[in-house]
Amino acid sequence: MKPVLLWSDALFFLLIAAALAGALWASRIPQLRQSWRKVGESRTGMAAAVLLLAFLGVAVLDSLHYRERLPGEGENYAVEVRSALDALLTGLRTRTERTYSAPLATHSFAKESLDGEVGRDFPRLVYGGAHLGGDPAGQGTDLLARTVQGLGTGLLAWFALWLALAPLRRRVPGLAWHAAFLTLLGLCLSAGVVAMLAQGYHVLGTDKVGQDVLYLTLKSIRTGLLIGTLTTLIMLPAAVALGLLAGYAGGWVDDVIQYLYTTLNSIPGVLLIAAAVLMMQVAIDTHPEWFATAAERADARLLALCAILGITSWTGLCRLLRGETLKLRELEYVQAARSLGVAHARILARHILPNVMHIVMIAIVMDFSGLVLAEAVLSYVGIGVDPNTISFGTMINTARMELAREPMVWWSLAAAFIFMFALVLAANLFADVVRDAFDPRAAR
Amino acid sequence: MSLLSVRDLTVSIGATQPVGEVSFDIARGETFALVGESGCGKSMTALALMRLLPNAARIAGGAIRFGGDDLLVRSEAEMRTVRGGKIGMIFQEPATSLNPVLTVGAQIEEALRLHAGGDALAKVVELLAAVGIPDPERRAGEYPFQMSGGMKQRVMIAMALAGEPELLIADEPTTALDVTIQAQVLDLLHELKTQRGMALLLITHDLGVVARMADRVGVMRDGRLVEVAARADFFRAPAHPYSRALFDALPENLDPPEQKSAPAGRQALLEVRDLRVHFPIRRGLLQRAVAQVKAVDGIELALAAGRTLALVGESGCGKTTAGKAILGLLDKTEGEVALDGAPLTGLVPDRMQMVFQDPFGSLDPRMRVGEIVAEGNRSVDIAGLLEHVGLDAGMAERYPHEFSGGQRQRIAIARALAVNPALLICDEPTSALDVSVQAQVLRLLADLQARLDLAYLFITHNIAVVDYLAHEVAVMYLGRIVERGTTGEVLRSPRHPYTQALLAAVPKLHGEPGEKLLVPGDPPSPANPPSGCHFHPRCPHTTTRCREAYPGAAAISDSHFVACHFPS
Repeated sequence: MKPVLLWSDALFFLLIAAALAGALWASRIPQLRQSWRKVGESRTGMAAAVLLLAFLGVAVLDSLHYRERLPGEGENYAVEVRSALDALLTGLRTRTERTYSAPLATHSFAKESLDGEVGRDFPRLVYGGAHLGGDPAGQGTDLLARTVQGLGTGLLAWFALWLALAPLRRRVPGLAWHAAFLTLLGLCLSAGVVAMLAQGYHVLGTDKVGQDVLYLTLKSIRTGLLIGTLTTLIMLPAAVALGLLAGYAGGWVDDVIQYLYTTLNSIPGVLLIAAAVLMMQVAIDTHPEWFATAAERADARLLALCAILGITSWTGLCRLLRGETLKLRELEYVQAARSLGVAHARILARHILPNVMHIVMIAIVMDFSGLVLAEAVLSYVGIGVDPNTISFGTMINTARMELAREPMVWWSLAAAFIFMFALVLAANLFADVVRDAFDPRAAR
Repeated sequence: MSLLSVRDLTVSIGATQPVGEVSFDIARGETFALVGESGCGKSMTALALMRLLPNAARIAGGAIRFGGDDLLVRSEAEMRTVRGGKIGMIFQEPATSLNPVLTVGAQIEEALRLHAGGDALAKVVELLAAVGIPDPERRAGEYPFQMSGGMKQRVMIAMALAGEPELLIADEPTTALDVTIQAQVLDLLHELKTQRGMALLLITHDLGVVARMADRVGVMRDGRLVEVAARADFFRAPAHPYSRALFDALPENLDPPEQKSAPAGRQALLEVRDLRVHFPIRRGLLQRAVAQVKAVDGIELALAAGRTLALVGESGCGKTTAGKAILGLLDKTEGEVALDGAPLTGLVPDRMQMVFQDPFGSLDPRMRVGEIVAEGNRSVDIAGLLEHVGLDAGMAERYPHEFSGGQRQRIAIARALAVNPALLICDEPTSALDVSVQAQVLRLLADLQARLDLAYLFITHNIAVVDYLAHEVAVMYLGRIVERGTTGEVLRSPRHPYTQALLAAVPKLHGEPGEKLLVPGDPPSPANPPSGCHFHPRCPHTTTRCREAYPGAAAISDSHFVACHFPS
């Protein structure tokens, strides 16, 4: 086994490390700690945070990539790049059917001509309910038994987590731990049930080529999170630096930066993204030697998409920061610093930046959900991620054809919808709570 | 029988009681003044009378009877006919009390429609005329932004009068206005009250305003009404210790500082020659400068070490701009600022510092007090400096939001002193503070001056503060200095008609309400100053010469100069 560090993995881990470092730094500054405490005291905030952490956990597992060693002599590795999540979900990944099957089904979704029989019937699935043998009559009891078993396992897992997190709960009292553990309970129970059922069935059905939809949705989480976070990472320095500079320096610097973002804003975003993605694709296609594996190629395209989304989305935050800086610049403490002879760079770093950080914070969390949705839309119109990359957008794109079938194949879309909905809703709720806690105007 | 009778009124917000067991009566045609420092619950009392309390607050007990009617049992719909109809209210900030996208006529008409009816337009014009707005027909069609602050407050009064209320509540009606405009508005309120037989509930922090207006006075502290007395009794012998403390804290009642007799005629530390600051007005596609706002238009000042020069004037006269230009925060258009005889080109952080007006805006909320104080000089002894300005050395680790306005202003002073400046420019350092805190800060400034031989350029509009602290006074009007001299000369025998008007407009504690020396109208815009003497449109002694030529400085004595054609 050889670990593989894709570029997006590196950036993702860097971002997580930066967030942890930021959290450590924030815990030493009383005002920030107080604001975050307010987030923690909100029930909605804690519940949303637990859900987001669960998603983050999946994404982190899915970012630990490796290449398997091939059997035989010599250092030969498989061309497929797998992740820790793939390893965990080997069962789901390998138990592919021939084609569509409905959630929890034992038979295929469409009739086929069967060998050795006259006429057409629904063929028995290879894996779905295979343990039931030839007679699927006991399916109902089996499902019930597995559900109960899953609930039990979930409850046990939750209890274990509850015990494990007890010291933390004691150390930071006063937070909305009830809401957090209630959400966690819900998560554990549903995860337990799904895990139990998934061992014998395709819980969310299979897609056209027989892949398990549950596996696809879990794999999509990383793509969504990456797009939401890496884009922010790319746009943030530009937005903050240019916004502060424009507001503080004024004059021609302000004019240049304003013209820059007004121009960028007046180009239709989708067109700009489409053009950039197509150029990127041509570049990738003409230089196959750049990439050792297909995963690296898909990864490059994902990063390119993040970069392009970042380039088109920094203008809003930049404009906000410019306005705020214009206001702060005239405040008396900035004037006082100037009259004390403090250098401009130091004024920007010590007086202006800390006082606009709440805006940056709010913008980051609010932009996140928008970016996850943007990925889905862009992939749907075919200018998003690489077709090989599993993402909510590509799932929705294929669902377009499935919805046109008769009878309709609804589970791909429904699964993508539910997961994306949960992710975006949690992010939005969290953003709301963060805004309430950090916005000094909302405090009153 | 009294018109309004409040018994044991208690307002609670959660566990706190901003107003507790307040009882008072107001008779018809009477002016009752509610006095107190900020946060004492006086505005909350007024809002409770109107049942307009903020969401978190509720009336926890007591009774409010208005003309025999219990206001607390009225439904919200019934209250709407009381508000505006029976009880009118005007607020502190005229700029935000009017809707900027409606003409003032339309806004008054709205109030009329709700409470009166009849020929609305004629009534609007009549009301505007009643509140002393010239040319009311034209003004009714104008928008709030076309009016000055004093005009807007008159419009607000007209709106409050539209429903012909029996009681008018005025919540700090003149705090946001200049002193000459304040005098006009107060006179107007007094006149209207007498004409219409209205009762007036005047809420204010200014004892001068009380002396001028009130029939009876109530003093509030921490939500309690500590004293109610007739005006004459109250000003002759305030009964409650807190009332006496309020009087004692007034700058005119403070003991004069020792260094008041600091030697005159020392070598000038600061010299300002022909200082001009003009801001271009840019218009059109290419943003060309089409005109200049002459915010500061040629001022001369001189200040010796250890002395205080007060720069006095109304808002918009350019005094703050002048201060910032002297400090070097703003670029000067022309002129020279010299320190110890050497002309300056930019900031000199170690010689000149500034103390700003707003104690809440002048400290970075994200920095510790220690970091703030040491900002200009990292090697300074923070603990010693804090003790120097009357704070605890242990406060260095805390953040500004934990401090009151007065303490914050001390921190700001400590920050300025950290670099051992020779000159402090104080831009209205006490105008945002309550009178008792103001007294402490003024004493601190006087004390520091005596110890450190500091020179102050003290920018203010408060004449009483000038009298307490300053050795010399320069009066500014529309970017120019109209009179300059020692404090005694300028305040006791003013020669310029503007100085005379300014001094007369200040509400006095023991003044007779009889003598009125009012300047009519508003200060003109510095973008478009009047020809000749800037003051001639408002001056009672205007002649043709005043309209044609700006007067030169006439010397009354060695130290007293007046820019007037008739320095009588």
